[in-house]
Amino acid sequence: MFLINLWMCLVGVVVILYVILDGFTLGVGILFPFAKDEKQRDVMMDTIGPVWDANQTWIVFGGGALFATFPKIYTVLFSALYIPLFTFLFGLIFRGVAFEFRSKSSHTKAWNRAFFGGSIVAAFAQGLTLGAYISGIKVVNGYFAGGAFDWLTPFNIMVGLALIAGYALLGAAYLIIKTTGEVQARAYLQAKASVWAVAAFMLIVSIWTPFVAPDIMKRWWSPPRAYFEWLFPLTGAIGFIMMLRSIKAKREMMPFASCLVMFFAAYLGLQSGIYPYAVLPDLTIFDAASQRETQIITLIGALCILPFVLGYTIYSYWVFRGKVAEDEAGYH
Amino acid sequence: MDTLLLSRIQFGLTTAFHIIFPTLTIGMGLFLVVVEALWLKTKDELYYRMYRFWVKIFAIHFAVGVVTGITLEFEFGTNFAVFSQRVANVLAPLLAYEGMTAFFLEAGFLGIMLFGWKRVPPVLHFLATCLVALGATFSAFWIMAANSWMQAPAGFEIKDGIFMLTSLKKAIFNPAFPTHITHMLLASYETTAFVVAGISAYYLLKNQHTLFYRRSLGLALIMAAIVAPIQVVVGDLKGLAVAELQPAKLAAMEAHWETNVEKGAEFIAFAIPDSENERNLYEITVPNMLSLLITHSLNGQIKGLKEFPKEDRPNVLVTFWTFRIMVGIGFLFFVLMLWAGHLWWRRRLFDSPMFLKALVVVQPFGFAATILGWVTAEMGRQPWLVYGVFRTSEGASPIAPGNVVWSLIMFGLFFGVIGASYFYYTIQTLQKGPEFDSPIPHVQRLADLQSADK
Ligand code: HDD
Ligand code: HEM
Ligand code: HEM
Repeated sequence: MFLINLWMCLVGVVVILYVILDGFTLGVGILFPFAKDEKQRDVMMDTIGPVWDANQTWIVFGGGALFATFPKIYTVLFSALYIPLFTFLFGLIFRGVAFEFRSKSSHTKAWNRAFFGGSIVAAFAQGLTLGAYISGIKVVNGYFAGGAFDWLTPFNIMVGLALIAGYALLGAAYLIIKTTGEVQARAYLQAKASVWAVAAFMLIVSIWTPFVAPDIMKRWWSPPRAYFEWLFPLTGAIGFIMMLRSIKAKREMMPFASCLVMFFAAYLGLQSGIYPYAVLPDLTIFDAASQRETQIITLIGALCILPFVLGYTIYSYWVFRGKVAEDEAGYH
Repeated sequence: MDTLLLSRIQFGLTTAFHIIFPTLTIGMGLFLVVVEALWLKTKDELYYRMYRFWVKIFAIHFAVGVVTGITLEFEFGTNFAVFSQRVANVLAPLLAYEGMTAFFLEAGFLGIMLFGWKRVPPVLHFLATCLVALGATFSAFWIMAANSWMQAPAGFEIKDGIFMLTSLKKAIFNPAFPTHITHMLLASYETTAFVVAGISAYYLLKNQHTLFYRRSLGLALIMAAIVAPIQVVVGDLKGLAVAELQPAKLAAMEAHWETNVEKGAEFIAFAIPDSENERNLYEITVPNMLSLLITHSLNGQIKGLKEFPKEDRPNVLVTFWTFRIMVGIGFLFFVLMLWAGHLWWRRRLFDSPMFLKALVVVQPFGFAATILGWVTAEMGRQPWLVYGVFRTSEGASPIAPGNVVWSLIMFGLFFGVIGASYFYYTIQTLQKGPEFDSPIPHVQRLADLQSADK
């Protein structure tokens, strides 16, 4: 019991780490077309150039960890969401190679498009996945038993759009930290526009969710959850206000911090409605868990190795701290 | 076509595409470690320029390697859900460990390796290079553990159709593992050595940056000369391991139909295997040779394909020929190194146009041998997904074939675009050639630097 819960928390942490780290990377990609010239695009690329690969690796590890500890979640989700997940993957593929090819090539325009297109497609497909996860998946005997297009619903499309707005917000907040001058000024405007969009989407999702997943609503309103559930929207609202004020005051770190508050509030609020289910409507984390020995062995590795990973990730951010200057473009 | 067949085609194509890139990044990782060590030690600026040039080739391969690799990890769940769910207890920890120990290490230090020149001192930069190379090697370790476990499963028991882990150590260090990992690492080093050598030879023939490319060629040839003979020996050991662990695969690799009774088994140098009628057409054979190779005695007995029920045999034509061509390339590389030794002895290593031309021609052969080797190993494993215990036919996801048709078409299109761009930009980077003018970042300036002679 404890082990399974612990792993659920760990996988949860990895997922949210991925969402935030690759979220701002994808966000920079989504904001890419708004840059005025190639010089500004170079600066935007350089803010994420040294870190995007490490950020993306969290989803690779997340996938591996999910496979090892909750194989049923992994296999059910991946077969049910075949098309959105491969769409996500194709987005990541184009986003990833665009970094290399853009800098080596004379076809900068084409790779700019690939970078933007890859980022926005990946974000949208992730949203579809999240939406489908909330709406529930048909499972019989531990295997997916639905149709190929079950994920194609208005609700899921709306969550997809919401995630694009959310990542644009993260990207803008990150650009505020890493850039100066015109790029930064534009990022403030973008942050302001997207935070309103995000707030609107959060409201819509909160109202719509009970209709697609009545169980989540039931759990939210029944004790003991009902006693603290209101904390999440409240925290989200505080994050929203912090965001607006820090944009107005032209603070540099605060917008990103406020973003984190909003994301955590939304994420935890959602998870608290889903627990202890792994795949709605009826597969629990206890049904989905792998063999105890496997979970222990993987846990030992995670506890020994992940602190180092976090350590050198922080070191790498520290090495590349500070603003990206326009004349420091790249290693090429 | 059904989901299973389409999924197999997709998995085979995407892995074959993927493996091209890690093969080079594993080998090039080591090459760059050596080059940077030489730069720190000799303070000869030429090594610095070499690093900066070859790392561009490394970076292109790395980027494509990462994005194609994620594909594979997804495909276990999307296309082989039944397989993945049944074996997860044993196989999945290996992939989780690969993420923790290998991918994070590579991705974490790649940024410093590529962009850190102005920001970290020489020793730290060198450390970053070493850690990236180490990460690539770890990655090979775990993925080869996973694959070799599928070839020779160990450390598990089956309960109600689910694989339960009994010993992770036995699962990792399964009987197929030692030769599997060694052969793959050597393949990476060998492929890289011949790629660097081929490119260098090409520019030497064109008389461009002679000093630079001579140095690169020299290093590559040292690497190749060490690896090529070892690979032949390890390949032989691998054949022995296959004979012991997967006799049906060995028989298919050798198109050996009848178990030899009194006399030794003959080695088939050329044949068109005809599975329909269980025989070979147009055979050219060497008497007793196969017995000698596998059992180290002239008349040793080797099980023929007819001993296995038809439904337990792999595709003989493919397994036989892919294996032949790979081994042919292995010997070709070995012979080239003998020639190199001869030229070196006569102090003409860089001056024989014939030799340089040969190096240019064989440049892509390492990749070919790697892919063909994988096809031998994987097609030869059929009809089993986990050898002897889990059939490929039981492993596919419960999804509509239309899904896979869609993704297969998309992969075809996108990998086509990416493959073509990769080719184009690699050649463009090579054509631009090494750079000698950009200033060495201040933190990297070593005392008593020797400047590069163009
Ligand atoms: C012998 C080596 C080898 C082999 C056989 C494979 N790979 Fe690979 N893979 C690597 C060696 C490698 C690598 C050298 O470590 C890469 C290339 C670039 C990188 O970051 O790591 C990599 C990248 C890479 C990535 C991206 C990692 C990242 O985001 O940093 C994934 C998910 C996989 N691989 C997974 C697989 C799977 C599921 C395979 C087989 C079914 C496979 N690889 C075959
Ligand atoms: C990277 C080089 C590899 C290549 C070129 C390769 C090639 C192939 C090919 C051609 C097939 C299709 C076989 C058939 O259907 O007849 C296949 C299947 C498969 N291979 Fe590999 N393989 C590689 C690596 C791996 C590794 C490292 C793993 C495991 C970790 C793996 C696991 C599988 C699985 C699960 C299948 C699908 C089921 C099957 O048909 O057996 N492969 N591979
Ligand atoms: C004379 C030389 C060689 C011999 C005798 C040899 C032998 C073998 C054998 C017996 C296999 C086993 C297939 C299986 O496990 O089912 C294999 C696989 C393989 N070979 Fe070779 N090989 C040789 C040269 C090469 C070369 C030059 C390369 C690449 C540069 C290469 C790359 C591979 C790869 C990638 C595999 C599949 C992965 C693995 O099983 O480790 N081989 N080889």
